[in-house]
Amino acid sequence: MSEARDPAYNFAYLDEQTKRMIRRALLKALAVPGCQIPFAGREMPMPYGWGTGGVQVTASVLKQDDVLKVIDQGADDTTNAVSIRKFFQRTAGVAVTETTAEASVIQTRHRIPETPLAEGQILVYQVPIPEPLRFLEPRETETRKMHALEDYGLMHVKLYEDIARHGHIATTYAYPVRVADRYVMDPSPTPKFDNPKMSDCPAIQLFGAGREKRIYAVPPYTKVESLDFEDHPFTVQAWDESCAFCGAQDSFLDELVTDDQGGRMFVCSDTDYCNRRREQGFRGSATEDAA
Amino acid sequence: MNAVQDDDAPLLAVEGLEKRYGRRVGCTQVDFRLWPGEVLGVVGESGSGKTTVLNCVAGRLAPDAGRVLYTDRTGAARDVHGVSEPERRMLMRTDWAFVHQNARDGLRMAVSAGANVGEPLMAVGARHYADIRAAAGDWLEKTEIELGRIDDPPTTFSGGMQQRLQIARALVAGPRLVFMDEPTGGLDVSVQARLLDLLRGLVTELGLAAVVVTHDLAVARLLSHRLLVMRQGRVVETGLTDQVLDDPQHPYTQLLVSSVLQP
Amino acid sequence: MYVAVKGGERAIDAAHRLLAEDRRGDPAEPELTPAQIREQLKLGVDRVMTEGSLYDRDLAALALKQARGDQIEAIFLIRAYRTTLPRFAVSKPVETSRMALERRISATFKDLPGGQVLGPTFDYTHRLVDHALAAPHAGAEPAEGAPVSEDAPRVLDLLQQEGLIEPAGAAAECPPFDVTRTPPSFPSERDARLQQLARGDEGFLLALGYSTQRGYGRTHPFAGEIRLGSVAVEIEPEELGFAIELGEIEMTECQMVNQFQGSAEQAPCFTRGYGVAFGHGERKAMAMALVDRSLRADEFGEARDAPAQDEEFVLSHCDNVQATGFVEHLKLPHYVDFQSELELLRRLRREHAERAMPEAAE
Repeated sequence: MSEARDPAYNFAYLDEQTKRMIRRALLKALAVPGCQIPFAGREMPMPYGWGTGGVQVTASVLKQDDVLKVIDQGADDTTNAVSIRKFFQRTAGVAVTETTAEASVIQTRHRIPETPLAEGQILVYQVPIPEPLRFLEPRETETRKMHALEDYGLMHVKLYEDIARHGHIATTYAYPVRVADRYVMDPSPTPKFDNPKMSDCPAIQLFGAGREKRIYAVPPYTKVESLDFEDHPFTVQAWDESCAFCGAQDSFLDELVTDDQGGRMFVCSDTDYCNRRREQGFRGSATEDAA
Repeated sequence: MNAVQDDDAPLLAVEGLEKRYGRRVGCTQVDFRLWPGEVLGVVGESGSGKTTVLNCVAGRLAPDAGRVLYTDRTGAARDVHGVSEPERRMLMRTDWAFVHQNARDGLRMAVSAGANVGEPLMAVGARHYADIRAAAGDWLEKTEIELGRIDDPPTTFSGGMQQRLQIARALVAGPRLVFMDEPTGGLDVSVQARLLDLLRGLVTELGLAAVVVTHDLAVARLLSHRLLVMRQGRVVETGLTDQVLDDPQHPYTQLLVSSVLQP
Repeated sequence: MYVAVKGGERAIDAAHRLLAEDRRGDPAEPELTPAQIREQLKLGVDRVMTEGSLYDRDLAALALKQARGDQIEAIFLIRAYRTTLPRFAVSKPVETSRMALERRISATFKDLPGGQVLGPTFDYTHRLVDHALAAPHAGAEPAEGAPVSEDAPRVLDLLQQEGLIEPAGAAAECPPFDVTRTPPSFPSERDARLQQLARGDEGFLLALGYSTQRGYGRTHPFAGEIRLGSVAVEIEPEELGFAIELGEIEMTECQMVNQFQGSAEQAPCFTRGYGVAFGHGERKAMAMALVDRSLRADEFGEARDAPAQDEEFVLSHCDNVQATGFVEHLKLPHYVDFQSELELLRRLRREHAERAMPEAAE
């Protein structure tokens, strides 16, 4: 439901000049997929590190008739998702939803929805550290050159070391990808499980890092490949269990601690996906005992 | 891989090279040519300008005057300091190698020996882990480093081993031209001897061209075909190594040669 | 039977109510007013203005009340508020040489035109807790004193007349860099650096400045001059062609005289470090001046060995609003990323155990 927005603020909080500046950055980002574009990020009413980049991107693309969904760790009801959703209800008065298929703009922290996205949808990711090489090379002056020169040897050194040391590539989230055969990009701390969803996706994917002041983007139907070796190909996580609520075997599962004897339960991280499945009659093991 | 190349064309042509540091002359009026398979030694005392020349020629330092022309694999002559920085860095990554006096400057100390040697391959597109590891292993053996050390970081290596690792990393991707800055400096005499033998063998086996800077005439004699003798930024004598060292013409060269301690 | 946790929204509303209650504290105590904070906690208010990058005492005092005394939280409030304000002009550089001085000291000369004016300072107090302050005071007698001489030329200007110190540098033709409008990049120009340092955390800059005094990049500093007082803020609208005064602000300025440098072409002379703060903020202005000079290492051919000389390190981490956001964001749910790590770790441990088993069987 659309609510009356707080008239003390411009639509979606940011002034039009700032939105224009951000949109220009977004257009540049879409024109060069995966390349980090600097933008003059502003202080927002929530702290840096809590989604200011995502919020600024969403604020810049939001229209009055949009339907907004906000998730954190895949759930609509986590405190940060609630806080951001309320922010936009207050400052933009847009309709909100928990149903992925009904949303036109989805802002997310650390997950991509399980429900496949469609053309016309925009997925806005919250990004803490936009630079995939940051922990290998702390200096911005160096990493900028490495991207410009396509000098990604260091990235593969890290993967090589992982295999030499552990026998596996040890990165399980924020797994680096190569976009349109050119730029290496950090997909944000989504689990590597979600990486395949980014490739050839019908929706527009926008990434905002507020504190680091960088924006990047992947236009629809763009190739996104996870870095790997030919003989150690990229694989996604798999569980022995299925979702205790809906029985899903193909979604990312959260592990819940149920008692102090080591009791565990696994449920879908994507709450909307799980709810839709249960509406369709699917059941998992936990619900069989329900009175 | 190698296109048709004019065999008469030098690999490297340096013309009127000059670099100043304020009022001090780093180097001036330096000219030379280098052909494929040739090793050129640049000798002189500290302060003679030999390292300045090396850094300018290797693309690491921009000269104040003069040109450095490099003939690439397609036979085209490239002005090393005239091309854009991306192009220059690409040359430095693919066609050239640089061996530093201090091995730490040419290695990633926090990363394993295997990764150090594998990186240049990965930087030019190698994507098969086992192959990369095997190639790294080959090069460790070629530089007489025990294969079992492939997963150890260079911090656990002796000075001589670190230098050999640096050489492996420099040569693994098959550069055409190697620049070396006092490659045996700071090492024990016996370690030096072993390293020199290794370098000489590799240079011959791979048909490399090289520019080697050293203050040690014995190193120059062992490694280089031709010599450039430098003093206070200028080239005072040049010629075939044996000729220059056995029959020096310039008074300074004579002084240098005569002051070498005889065992 | 486990039930999915719902009610994040209710939890947040409840948290806000608790916060309001806690903020008020014991209702038997009189409620603090922003005016009291503004008048009696002036130094706290001034810091909020400086790092909030907005000169408005009343607003800063209110922010401190709302933030329950937490300075960084108050600074955050001011910054977020600043985002909503349009920038309609760039002022002319304020003329600190014409400052109406409240306080003015120099460590480089025993006496100088305009004199050494101590003004209100903790410097010579003995740090003995004054229990008398616990009870309300009758108004103190206003201090007697001659008004500060208007003619107090800046110490560094005097040195510059003799050619003993590098020139201050002419005002640039174009407006200074504004990090709130253009994202900063490295390497930075001095105007961008100074702006970031001015907005930067006092504690961080204090530690870095301190480190330079202890050998991490030494610059041999002397406090050439510290000034506290009011300056006029002027703009020059194009249509008018002359400057008009918008008002006055109180500010602190510190000019450090640093190690002399020379080159083959240039005779040696002292070098400068510069720091400012809104209101009364000497510690900040001094620390900033030390760090400013350190970051100018390239201009003087100094090797960048020490943390205070590392431009990327200093400027990337000096903004406390950014820093607190990212540090505290660790409180947000990270269970999905953590889940991924758990899964890998379990697998690696299984494999490790499997490898150990055949050996154990021997």
